[in-house]
Amino acid sequence: MSIHDLTATELIRRLESGDLSSVEVVQAFLKRIEQGDGRVRAFVRVEANRALSAAERIDQRRRGGESVGRLGGLPVAVKDVICTEGQATTCASKMLQRFTPPYDATVIRRLKQADAILIGKTNMDEFAMGGTTESSALATTCNPWDLARVPGGSSGGAAACLAAGMVPLSIGSDTGGSIRQPASFCGVNGLKPTYGRVSRFGLIAFASSLDQIGPLARNAEDLALLLEVLAGHDPSDSTSANVPVPEYSRLVSQPLDGLTLGVVREHFGEGLDSQVQEAVREALRVYESLGATVKDISLPHSRYAIATYYIIACCEASSNLARYDGVHYGYRTDETAMLADLAAEQRALTSRGDSPLLDDLDSPLVRMYRQTRSEGFGAEVKRRIMLGTYALSHGYYDAYYVKALKVRRLIRNDFDAAFREVDLIAGPVAPTPAYRLGEKTEDPLAMYLGDLYTVSANLAGICALSVPCGLNGQGMPIGLQLQGPLLDEQRLLRAARMYQTVTDWHTRRPEGF
Amino acid sequence: MSDPSYEIVIGLEVHVQLQTATKLFCRCSTRFGAPPNTQTCPVCIGLPGSLPVMNRQAFELALKTAVALNCEIPAFTKWDRKQYYYPDLPKGYQISQFDLPMSQHGYLEISDAKGAFAPKRVGILRAHLEEDAGKSMHDELAGKADSRIDLNRTGTPLLEIVSQPDMRSPEEARAYLTELKLLLTYLGVSDCNMQEGSLRVDANINLHVATPQGTVATPIVEVKNMNSFRAVERAMAFEATRQFDVWNDTRISLGAPGGHKTTRGWDEQAQVTRPQRQKEESSDYRYFPDPDLAPVIVTDQQLDAVRASLGELPAALRDRLQTERGIDAYDADVIVNQGRAFVDYFSELADIGGDAKRASNWMQQDVLRVLNERDLTIELFPISPASLAELLKTVQRGELDTSRARDVFNVMAESGDSAAQAMQRLGIQAVHRDELRDLCRELLDANPNVVADVQSGKEKAIGALIGQAKRRNPNANPNQVRQLCLELIRQQGSAQE
Ligand SMILES: [Zn+2]
Repeated sequence: MSIHDLTATELIRRLESGDLSSVEVVQAFLKRIEQGDGRVRAFVRVEANRALSAAERIDQRRRGGESVGRLGGLPVAVKDVICTEGQATTCASKMLQRFTPPYDATVIRRLKQADAILIGKTNMDEFAMGGTTESSALATTCNPWDLARVPGGSSGGAAACLAAGMVPLSIGSDTGGSIRQPASFCGVNGLKPTYGRVSRFGLIAFASSLDQIGPLARNAEDLALLLEVLAGHDPSDSTSANVPVPEYSRLVSQPLDGLTLGVVREHFGEGLDSQVQEAVREALRVYESLGATVKDISLPHSRYAIATYYIIACCEASSNLARYDGVHYGYRTDETAMLADLAAEQRALTSRGDSPLLDDLDSPLVRMYRQTRSEGFGAEVKRRIMLGTYALSHGYYDAYYVKALKVRRLIRNDFDAAFREVDLIAGPVAPTPAYRLGEKTEDPLAMYLGDLYTVSANLAGICALSVPCGLNGQGMPIGLQLQGPLLDEQRLLRAARMYQTVTDWHTRRPEGF
Repeated sequence: MSDPSYEIVIGLEVHVQLQTATKLFCRCSTRFGAPPNTQTCPVCIGLPGSLPVMNRQAFELALKTAVALNCEIPAFTKWDRKQYYYPDLPKGYQISQFDLPMSQHGYLEISDAKGAFAPKRVGILRAHLEEDAGKSMHDELAGKADSRIDLNRTGTPLLEIVSQPDMRSPEEARAYLTELKLLLTYLGVSDCNMQEGSLRVDANINLHVATPQGTVATPIVEVKNMNSFRAVERAMAFEATRQFDVWNDTRISLGAPGGHKTTRGWDEQAQVTRPQRQKEESSDYRYFPDPDLAPVIVTDQQLDAVRASLGELPAALRDRLQTERGIDAYDADVIVNQGRAFVDYFSELADIGGDAKRASNWMQQDVLRVLNERDLTIELFPISPASLAELLKTVQRGELDTSRARDVFNVMAESGDSAAQAMQRLGIQAVHRDELRDLCRELLDANPNVVADVQSGKEKAIGALIGQAKRRNPNANPNQVRQLCLELIRQQGSAQE
């Protein structure tokens, strides 16, 4: 087996035993990136030199008998929505194309403390808004299983680089399915932790009450390993949960006795691709063969989840993205040209004697705001800012935002009730496998509906993961979603690991990679 | 309030910077006057990915103030984002409190010791915490309309205290501000420095005009840019007259077409208010709960602890000085208004000296005069209460007259000497009674006309001798001279009969 085929857990074993050096590991993955990323374009930046010198330092320390961290010498890819000190962090937006944060996100500090090697930043939908990574202003990422198809999103680069064997571990962010859906589209594993489990400090906000950073990996064991490094209380994030972090990497191999899986009636309705449905049903049968009980349950408010999600997410986004105004950092419109245009407009109106329009003419400041934001944001971002601004406006706030908050509470109550009956909820991640590039770009509503099964976990704040559970007729991966109660990631990971001891979907690799 | 045909209605919004070491949502210093943009971090300049964490101390200071303002404190309060675009607001929103402020429905009692208005309760609508914005400095030199932004102030904790429209005159408005500032100073929650912007006042004012059809309210005007309490008082007086003139010209009432709320700025130089540019769109701040911050829960234990930590507040202190020390309302007011340290000095002086009334007079006249002349606070006043008490006792015993005592006081204040040392420095010593009797005898012999006057009932005539006595011996005590002279004249008289 070559280096890039090994799991993170196995790589660490070999690094620790001295069979492999970190430099060898990093070189092997850099080579994979060099060979494959021209086709996939998962990365927006690869830090080859930095990664290699970091690897050398780790090797030196290991040779010198020093202790190294949990991920000592292992490359990790980071979604470009997470701040890295001294390295550009763009959110795949023109707005932040030249933005370099002066600080590390808490998860980056944790990765560095664990001696992980940050190999590069991965592509995504602009400001994490989208389900295909097509809204990136920097590049279009392709699905390694079929380069004509989308990798999913918004963590499309994070999932694609993993699927193409360019990294053993990757981190993404999930606001409404942005880790789980690309993981399922790319045939890898992805976990959205409980809200508050992983610090959001340094995660560039899309929707603050829904965003959560999480791991993507080759299997459940690797997910557990990476989550253990990422998770934990952070005093810099007021929404961070101050609770101990279980030893996921040790617990993950313990099977769950008497597991009861809930299957949500509402998840098997209209719109669900039959092959996806069949793969999920088959996965449930696998669990039954392992002694699990499958039980029908209902999440009666799940049909309002998409509407609720898009109102809350867009409201928060409209506020979170207000700071990109061209004043303090990031993109600013060409001021000389802007001032010249403004002066010309003023002259024209003056000579026409049109004083009402003259009165309405933007001040230079307002014009700078308008133009900067018009030019710096892409269409999907603008769409969501406008939706959110509208929903928060005077006279609409109660009808949209307040109502959405109430429904959100009901959705959470549904889950609370469900988890009194079952241990975990199992179902599809997305209604379909990966579709073709460009197929849904003109139909945002269809794309929003693709988040049907994933947004509820974010609204309820619970944890959920996606594991590969099949391939469709065209050879595209299908994901199984498991959702667990608040802070019960270990149960999710153990269930996923149980499944992977008797199935091999997670070991499948796309042809050509 | 000269024109009885209308009533002035004033409500005040006061923003107070709380005296915390660090900002409301980050650990940057709040020190005033540092070079621009040196007290900033990713959080307060709103860099992407940064998150706010509430400063507990700021919340405690706000609680303290709210309790002292007799406010109701809900058990649950939250943070909201107030959204608008401005270059000195780096996040595009201000973290503030909207529908669930940390306190509401309180009051502050105001009065005027000279009786300019009857004592009253000014209602407090609400007091809430928010973060301050940065400062824009507009530099329009040489046609370059450049603005510079200083974000040092961004994120400084502000308590916004909104009064009910309960004030009925410019004097009441000023009294409210003075009393509020005093309270905040007693609580130690703010330095209330208006020049440095740690206390800022906006006023809402309109008139209730009596007409044959009943009382009519004039349009509300918000007045800004007032940089002292005196400016507030003057701006309110100006506005009242101006609004009444406008009413007489236009008869436009509140809410009628053209009767919407407007904003005016106080021009200190010209002593007038001027209209400020209205925002074109009516502002919709799109408030919504800040998802980055947890709501704050206030427990009863916490409130009890805050109450216990308040100490004695000005209103209670004024009452106590009157009942326990026997000084009158005016004196108690002057002393209490000088601050807690001044009251402490007074109490110690009265305790040691044993005469509260005398202590009060000396504090108000002499001590305050020196403090004002030298721009000192009582903490730095060179005479200790014990030393001053020693001096006052000398006066009380009749060993020193007031004007001589004032000389001694001045020397003490200048040199830091004790009363005895200062008296020695001035060559003041007690004149022996026999010596004084001889002096008086000589004076009486030299001034038979005075003796005659006194004998005919004009005791005042003695005054001429006191001056002469002091010239012959500066240490001669005028009272003793008077008594001795009268005594000697009486003896002469009885000897003649
Ligand atoms: Zn700061």
